Amino acid sequence: MRRNYLAALLLLLSSVVLADVDGLDAQQEARYQALIAELRCLVCQNQTIAESNAPLAVDLRNQVKTQIVAGRSQAEIVGYLTERYGDFVLYRPPFKASTALLWLGPFLLLLGGLVWALRYVRGTRRPAAATEKPVDPEAVQRLLAETQAALAAQDAPARNPKE
Amino acid sequence: MKYLVPIAVLLGLIALFAVGLTRDPREVPSPLVGKPAPAFALPGLGGTPARVTPADWRGRTVLVNYFASWCAGCRVEHPLLMQLAHEQGVEIIGLAYKDADADTQAWLDRHGNPYRSVIADNAGSAGLDWGVYGVPETFVVGPDGSILFKQIGPMTPEAWETKIRPLLGVRREG
Repeated sequence: MRRNYLAALLLLLSSVVLADVDGLDAQQEARYQALIAELRCLVCQNQTIAESNAPLAVDLRNQVKTQIVAGRSQAEIVGYLTERYGDFVLYRPPFKASTALLWLGPFLLLLGGLVWALRYVRGTRRPAAATEKPVDPEAVQRLLAETQAALAAQDAPARNPKE
Repeated sequence: MKYLVPIAVLLGLIALFAVGLTRDPREVPSPLVGKPAPAFALPGLGGTPARVTPADWRGRTVLVNYFASWCAGCRVEHPLLMQLAHEQGVEIIGLAYKDADADTQAWLDRHGNPYRSVIADNAGSAGLDWGVYGVPETFVVGPDGSILFKQIGPMTPEAWETKIRPLLGVRREG
């Protein structure tokens, strides 16, 4: 119950904060905030226009706000900006031929790494298996017979002179 | 060769980085190159003429230079623009970007005016439409009103010689 009161209080507070942004209702405000967090500032290139205080970011924020108030869709606003600044303004560039490597590259690297790891693991196991050749029984028999014959030949002359 | 693959990968990466490091991340390719220059209707500096539009220089190849009195890079390229305008007869249109008219005028009085006409883009609205994100930026606009080239940052003698002069068809003087 207490949690509900807290939630209600926070909601009230947030609506006060939201009302602070001029001319936008809560829904428009949400769209505005979501959009400016997706757009790159061209001056401070590692900041979104939501974060940056560069004059250009201020201009672009105002532009986004004006267009939201005018009822333009997100696609229209994004189109307006990419027409002027290119895909660079988008923190999430669209998937197309020139960005295919950007989007697929990490997965290709991962795949390559997996293939390499698999081959490496198999490669280290194979030589160990190769040394353990199965024993050829015929070869053992032959070796045994040869050894016996050699021993017999060694023994024979040693004994004969005494007899 | 046991290390052939790792060495090949390493060399490939070095090649990629070597190319990547020569590129300036601040130079964002403009999607406007090859497209018609965005229209605007703005007053000239100090209010005269009352209205200038890109149609005013239709039929000629011009340089459209966004500059401002508060811009350091503009001072860097200024001598070159002066030389191009006064010695080589290049038509340069100046757009004073986010500047107060009095400041622009004082700057031009002090350093010289390379511009055939100066347009006051006080609010940066034309700049926004032209995709300007920092002055100076210079556009080459062809006779049909389309943008042929965009120079981001100060104009350099190299950029003029290799990229812009061929577009304007200006012969080397002498």
